[in-house]
Amino acid sequence: MEKANVREARETTSETPEGTTAVTDAKIQAVRTNVHYGDKHALKDVTLDIRAGEVTSFIGPSGCGKSTFLRCLNRMNDTIDSCRVSGTVRMDGEDIYDPKIDVVQLRARVGMVFQKPNPFPKSIYDNIAYGPRIHGLAANKDELDEIVVTSLEKAGLLAEVKDRMEAPGTGLSGGQQQRLCIARAIAVSPEVILMDEPCSALDPIATAKIEELIDELRENYTIVIVTHSMQQAARVSQRTAFFHLGELIEVGDTEQIFTNPRHKLTQGYITGRFG
Amino acid sequence: MPFSFLLLVLAALAVVSYRFGTARARAVAPGRQSQLHSRPMYHGLYAAIWCGVPALIVATAWVAFQPVLVKGLVMGGLPDSYSALPEARLNLIWNDIRNLALGDVVRAQPAPEIQAAADTFHRLYAIGNAALAVLCLALAIAGTSYALKRVSMSLRARNQVERVITVFLVLSSLVAILTTVGIVLSLLFESLRFFGKVPPLEFLFGLHWSPQTALRADQVGSSGSFGAIPLFTGTLLISLISMCVAVPVGLMSAIYMSEYAHRKFRAVAKPLLEILAGIPTVVYGFFAALTVAPFIRRLGEGVGLSVASESALAAGLVMGVMIIPFVSSISDDVINAVPQSMRDGAYALGATKSETIRNVIVPAALPGIVGGVLLAVSRAIGETMIVVMAAGLSANLTFNPLDAVTTVTVQIVTLLTGDQEFDSAKTLAAFALGLVLFCVTLGLNILALHVVRKYREQYE
Repeated sequence: MEKANVREARETTSETPEGTTAVTDAKIQAVRTNVHYGDKHALKDVTLDIRAGEVTSFIGPSGCGKSTFLRCLNRMNDTIDSCRVSGTVRMDGEDIYDPKIDVVQLRARVGMVFQKPNPFPKSIYDNIAYGPRIHGLAANKDELDEIVVTSLEKAGLLAEVKDRMEAPGTGLSGGQQQRLCIARAIAVSPEVILMDEPCSALDPIATAKIEELIDELRENYTIVIVTHSMQQAARVSQRTAFFHLGELIEVGDTEQIFTNPRHKLTQGYITGRFG
Repeated sequence: MPFSFLLLVLAALAVVSYRFGTARARAVAPGRQSQLHSRPMYHGLYAAIWCGVPALIVATAWVAFQPVLVKGLVMGGLPDSYSALPEARLNLIWNDIRNLALGDVVRAQPAPEIQAAADTFHRLYAIGNAALAVLCLALAIAGTSYALKRVSMSLRARNQVERVITVFLVLSSLVAILTTVGIVLSLLFESLRFFGKVPPLEFLFGLHWSPQTALRADQVGSSGSFGAIPLFTGTLLISLISMCVAVPVGLMSAIYMSEYAHRKFRAVAKPLLEILAGIPTVVYGFFAALTVAPFIRRLGEGVGLSVASESALAAGLVMGVMIIPFVSSISDDVINAVPQSMRDGAYALGATKSETIRNVIVPAALPGIVGGVLLAVSRAIGETMIVVMAAGLSANLTFNPLDAVTTVTVQIVTLLTGDQEFDSAKTLAAFALGLVLFCVTLGLNILALHVVRKYREQYE
């Protein structure tokens, strides 16, 4: 009941300027998405649009379902045995849970960066080249080199590693590893990049670099970021969604969420009263 | 008092002093137990250690030195005419005395001086045992009373007990190490004797193996030859065949078990697979000799090949099956140890399951898999029973898997079983072969440990 009110409120206020175009603008549309882990109802009836060319951040206390929802968007939940997803998630109007959709192709379009940097135990070059190789994106070695260099460039890592492309990716510092993982995701030219608390394992300087990078990547990619840091959400995102106990409580422009939240739960969370 | 009885009494005394120790600790600090440096239990253990350990040390030393002492006394007591006799003769006499004294079977009528010596022996032992018992009990009681006297609020009983326990732990680990050292030394010295008779180069690089040494110079086969190359090639051939079976099958079953199989299937299939490792090798041996070898021979005859009834192929195949669990179990563990984040990373890039396994998981797990394979190889090289039964005894220098070959282990068995004189080159050759085998498997194990350790460093 309250849920419906929130959604109505959002549609009538924050999205009126664009009117209905906001819906067609949506890169990803989730409609009444539910996730169960075994008996646990982890995500309840989430309906949310993610707009192209923007950074959308998901905030909320631990266990609120924000990561679960993120993993619905590239069907990473498929790898968990006990997980069931119901409802609809559309990307460019296509239902990604349709049996006709190949999950492998979907994930090539929706890249993901994880909480803990997880470079493969291979060289820096091979880490980046892995995606293009399996998807056959490069016809020859030169093209592959080109992709690797551009991806590292975009991830702001090229200057630091160009002399040691054959060194193992696991030997880099934490922040460099995370940028390597971002470069690895970029290398397959995705349309959307999902980031699951990408800075939680990093120090403030590495975090600042990643945030800067996210801002640059916004031009070419639609980005969804889960974060525990409200300052980070405020700094990098244009839209913010607040989750609580598996429900989407409120979604709106970041500025509005942080200055003028509509729901008292959101207000309580951003002012630090809980969470 | 017999020695075992003495030990029992000591143990009982230790228990009693434990009781006394705890009671005394409680009495020292009535109602203020938290102010004791160590808990009463440690005071009890402290007393028990003081009771048991000095007495045990004395008893052990006594048992070790008593025979030497008694022998010196008894032999010294013999008439002078005996002291001029040669060493070997004296040893025989000593044996007689001992047998007589301990009531074993002896020669019909012992000489009177031998009988007298035996009596002395008997008396000395009785005195010794009694003295030991008294000494041990006295030590135990003295130790306990010393410990009890020292019990106080500030006695650091826990620290001392823990130090003693550490010493026990060190001793236990030394047992294994010292045993290994002992085995190596015994191999080494016997091998040196062998290499005194046969030059090492001839042994290591000779092409002909026929370990017959004649008793007389004019006998047939009086010139034994000890070129071990045919044995090495035989071992190598059979190990190679078995690895060709075990590595692919083991690795693929490990991949299936850890990546594809349903959890329920895995719960059943993995223990079943590991049962293979529990089958006695003798059983594998007659399976190879009676089932697989004839089958291979019939198969070979069917396509016009001549196959020896005992072929390297049969032994190698069955040995391969035997070591599948080694490869699959270790590989399975290693593959499971690859962090889930590696899989997630690959899946998130749009890799399929098989691409993830081929390009990410197996390379990440490879060092561990190699470690498992090397352990399996050293197992294959050292395996005896299957090859004894299925591979034959003829030392052919061949790489044809359909021929009969023999291995290092089989030859060690045949050289050392039966009635053998222990100083001929024939029997000593077994030790040299054992030394070679030991060096090779030791090298492989060190290599495997090294590879596995390197793997551990991979993800911090």
